[in-house]
Amino acid sequence: MTGLSTAFAIARKDLRTEFRTKESLNASASFALVILVIFSFAFNLERDEFYAISGGLLWLVYSFAGAMIVNRAFSRELPNDCLDVLITSPAPGWAIFFGKALAAFCLLLIVEAISLPVFGLFYNIQWINAAGPLVLIILLATWGMTIVGAAFSAVIVNVRLRELMLPVLLYPILIPLLIAAMGGTTALMNGEGLSGDNFGYLRQLIVFDAIYTALALYMIEFILVF
Amino acid sequence: MVAIEADRVWKYFGDYPALRGASLQIGKGSCMALLGRNGAGKTTLLRILANLSRPTKGEIKAAVGKSGIGYLGHGIGVYDDLSATENLLLFGELMGVADPKKSAAEALERVGLTRVKDGLAREFSRGMRQRLAVARAFLHRPEILLLDEPFTSLDDRAIAVLQSLLQDALASGATIVMSTHQIREAMELATDVALLERGKIVFSGPRAGEMVSDPTWLYRTYGESA
Repeated sequence: MTGLSTAFAIARKDLRTEFRTKESLNASASFALVILVIFSFAFNLERDEFYAISGGLLWLVYSFAGAMIVNRAFSRELPNDCLDVLITSPAPGWAIFFGKALAAFCLLLIVEAISLPVFGLFYNIQWINAAGPLVLIILLATWGMTIVGAAFSAVIVNVRLRELMLPVLLYPILIPLLIAAMGGTTALMNGEGLSGDNFGYLRQLIVFDAIYTALALYMIEFILVF
Repeated sequence: MVAIEADRVWKYFGDYPALRGASLQIGKGSCMALLGRNGAGKTTLLRILANLSRPTKGEIKAAVGKSGIGYLGHGIGVYDDLSATENLLLFGELMGVADPKKSAAEALERVGLTRVKDGLAREFSRGMRQRLAVARAFLHRPEILLLDEPFTSLDDRAIAVLQSLLQDALASGATIVMSTHQIREAMELATDVALLERGKIVFSGPRAGEMVSDPTWLYRTYGESA
């Protein structure tokens, strides 16, 4: 079995168990929707002002909801010591990690797909006109968030207060990614494209994803067996 | 011919040396009972042999790769939210079994779980879950089996299934290393015995008649109180 097919088998398993229990999916989607509702009451802004902060609002919600999804990436292996079985299998560490990150990526995309229309509705923001480039930004930023989050999920899998530890470790690393995602999304909502100066946001996301994907895949063997 | 060997292995947890230069050679086709009191370092040594933990000093040499090693630890290592068949199919794929479906069906038949093959593991009784764990550990017909307290909390049926599988594995030339406190059950199968005391192997050699007739003989003769 090749590393990639192992990764897909692990991703399939994670998605199958998540769809059966809906543990993190329900929690994360509900959390995202509740934050969107609370923010809509919290800010009494004009329509133009909402457009000016739209990227920031959207990515705050996604990053909070994302932490709940990625936190489960490795902790779902703790019951019955299933992580031990994965590590003792001939599957390479990077394939185990990639499979887990892939499943978390799909789950986070589902949460984002649920909350994006609600975001448009509550804040009266027409995102549909920029749907294509917005999806590109969402895919790139979500992958970056997932890969870093899944790596930290592996690091803290045996820590007792891992639910509290993950955000503390994750958000500082995500700052460059969130700046690019927020900036790019705000530009799109305001009718600007991703060309010219705004292309920098896209480039920043691509570079972030490439660096952290390579780092995580390289480091994971040392993280899993210590 | 040596199947697996620990060469002057040290393992520190913080300042505490769980293993202090433990050396052990396990011959191909033998069944080694790894004995010792609580905290002697049996689990630590087995986890290092299974590649679940890195030694601080020393090295492990195995005659086979990871695909030739089976590990049954304290946890049962099966997913509660997958069915018995789904669990074994997944592990079959990870372990590189040629025909996972056929092997899974045979393994379930062997441990008497065919009737509930589509039931979720979480719905199984404790004994059924343990038999599923045994089926999982033996699924890929490993050449080296590492078993950590395999008889602990097993019901009568699971003990019978496990003993029968271990006897078959030995007959087919597999090597078994099992840590245990249940000396009588272990001595029925063991060809060799090793005694760990505070991280050191204080005795290693063929099983002797005295060990079978008097379970405390080994501790009295070679233990620290000797």
